[in-house]
Amino acid sequence: MTPDKKFVWTQTHLLGLENLSAQEITHILDTAESFKEISTRNIKKVPTLRGKVVVNMFVEPSTRTRMSFSLAAKRLSADVVDFSPSTSSLSKGETLKDTARNIEAMGIDIAIIRHTAPGTPHMLSRIIDASVINAGDGAHEHPTQGLLDIFTMREQKGRIKGLKVAVVGDIMHSRVARSNIWGLTKLGAEVIAVGPPTLIPQQIRELGVKIAYDIDKVIPEVDVINILRIQLERQRSKFFPTVREYARLFGINSERLRHAKKDVMIMHPGPINRGVEITPDVADGTHSVILRQVTNGLSVRMAVLYLVSGQPKAEEAE
Amino acid sequence: MTTILIKNGRVIDPANKIDKVTNVFIENGKIKSVGPKTPKANKTIDAKGLIVTPGLIDMHVHLREPGKEDEETIASGTAAAINGGFTSVACMPNTDPAIDNEASAEFVYLQAKRAGKANVFPIGAVTKGRKGEEISEMGQLFRGGAVGFSDDGAPIKSAEVVRRSLEYSKMFDKPIIDHCEDMDLIRDGTMSEGSVSVTLGLVGMPPVSEEIMVYRDIALAKLTDGKLHIAHISTKRAVELVRQAKKGGIKVTAEVTPHHLTLTDDYVKTSDFNTNYKVNPPLRTKSDVEALKAGLKDGTIDAIASDHAPHAEEEKDVEYNVAPFGIIGMETLLPVVLTELVHKKVITINQLVASLTVNPARILGIPKGTLSVGADADVTLIDLNKEWVIDPAKFKSKSRNCPFAGWKVKGKAVSVIIAGHVI
Ligand SMILES: [Zn+2]
Ligand SMILES: [Zn+2]
Repeated sequence: MTPDKKFVWTQTHLLGLENLSAQEITHILDTAESFKEISTRNIKKVPTLRGKVVVNMFVEPSTRTRMSFSLAAKRLSADVVDFSPSTSSLSKGETLKDTARNIEAMGIDIAIIRHTAPGTPHMLSRIIDASVINAGDGAHEHPTQGLLDIFTMREQKGRIKGLKVAVVGDIMHSRVARSNIWGLTKLGAEVIAVGPPTLIPQQIRELGVKIAYDIDKVIPEVDVINILRIQLERQRSKFFPTVREYARLFGINSERLRHAKKDVMIMHPGPINRGVEITPDVADGTHSVILRQVTNGLSVRMAVLYLVSGQPKAEEAE
Repeated sequence: MTTILIKNGRVIDPANKIDKVTNVFIENGKIKSVGPKTPKANKTIDAKGLIVTPGLIDMHVHLREPGKEDEETIASGTAAAINGGFTSVACMPNTDPAIDNEASAEFVYLQAKRAGKANVFPIGAVTKGRKGEEISEMGQLFRGGAVGFSDDGAPIKSAEVVRRSLEYSKMFDKPIIDHCEDMDLIRDGTMSEGSVSVTLGLVGMPPVSEEIMVYRDIALAKLTDGKLHIAHISTKRAVELVRQAKKGGIKVTAEVTPHHLTLTDDYVKTSDFNTNYKVNPPLRTKSDVEALKAGLKDGTIDAIASDHAPHAEEEKDVEYNVAPFGIIGMETLLPVVLTELVHKKVITINQLVASLTVNPARILGIPKGTLSVGADADVTLIDLNKEWVIDPAKFKSKSRNCPFAGWKVKGKAVSVIIAGHVI
């Protein structure tokens, strides 16, 4: 799966999967494929982004995603600076706008932003000239997670078109769900949102998604079960009565999986609440590709960094 | 003796059912005559090709004084009003401190007099400090010149308080103006709940949160026979509730804003989260917009008001969910509504003028909005066909939070006369 040589990539930002075409998504996946090999080398580094400066602006903390982006940027030889709110002026009342301008004045080429507010990467892309990569904006999108999920499905199943994917859990508050839905439906997969009605907005149907409230009815027919993290703090907001009841109704355990297709794939974006949305034996079991997702996250993020930076040819990666 | 003759304009005065090309004669700050006579005057205005209406009234604005003078003052707000064609505005009491006593109502009149521009009528708070707990001294507020009562900016949470205020205000024949939303259902919502909010991952404010409160208030207006006014109505079902209530003889009136008549929640998406589309009530869907237009057309909705809500740029230019709600509107109301409703034949120019003159004047019980002989000589001259592009940089308001920047519009107020003075 080498990148289509005739395809011309034109995006300077990655704000979400909604505004990408199927062709663009496939191009990112194909590019990621060509970066996968680098991670298997003894010296895991190429000079592709040498001289470029990448800033990690994680206004909402996330160690995993930040590390993945940092590592991806470093493997491409970019200089990486971290900006986190505890050490920044944001906590002193400086606006995001001021901070963005300061960062730009330091000659940043790519800004990776994670924020609790939907639309913040979009706002940032209007203020600064650097490329902006959305590393998760509230409940809106998390495009690189969506891409790495789809990449992993394609890698394992050999295709996306025609796959049946259950996305299980808190669809309402999940940026991972939205990016998955956009990407998967564009590439021809069928998506079923599964969870309690309080966590599945009815309007999600308008994105071409089916809704189900009974996980046991869905399990036998799907190729992939993508389990979302239940944010335990939501439990106080009356979306479901108790964590125990949630685990009983929607938790993926080996008993439930007995009714699944024998090659069913279990995914989870992490971090996992073991025993809540997924039992430990399933998370560590043979169907699980959870660690594979983490590995693939690197190649996908390398591809995204490479593409938004406007590098002329993929061959330079060699 | 100061006299002004406004000649050959199309005079539209719905209060007196006038719509004809004729002359208006002003003497000593009052309307002396409307008719074909051409008495000699100190000043003659040729209004050929223009529409001559009673001075327009914006019955719902926020002037931010006292407390937020960096966003607007009574002086800058009235300058904006005049620039938009308004000779009178009614201002909401959600200032800091709130306008909840006689002296603070008088302060508004004093500042308006100092500014020397448009007439300003204060609306008093329904509850002390707008806390929603005890009704304010409505009698004192009335004495200070309050023309209605509202806790706008927030709904009146307690049905009991709504009931008592509807009963109590009957003594003064002034309306209770409610900002209808159920705060429990709203939670920390930032836009209307629907397919757009779901797509964007923004917390939605369900339309039903408005409808529940409109229904509650109407039920209480029926119980009390009090005078209820629904501020900035925004949903299809809420319009239907008001329509049915009016049919049932309940004393309810309603107003709608130009942005709810022209914009939908799609703008939040297509503008990539531009906070100038963040308003409360939030922008709804196309079918709501259609229902609002129909409500205006059939008289269910009585008035158009801007809900002018100025905010400093640094406050608005932040992440979507932390930006304050509200947009300015006095300087765009007339052109936007003329362009989108009158020129597109949704409503007639007469209906538009009524919604900005006689109707708000009746709701608030103020002696404005008419060209009757002896009335204050407040007049607005409108060029229906002037084409221009909205540029907030040129506004008189202190704030710039306008969602209509760049809109090509047709129609503009070209001049106003207040108490016989050409401004
Ligand atoms: Zn309001
Ligand atoms: Zn208001």
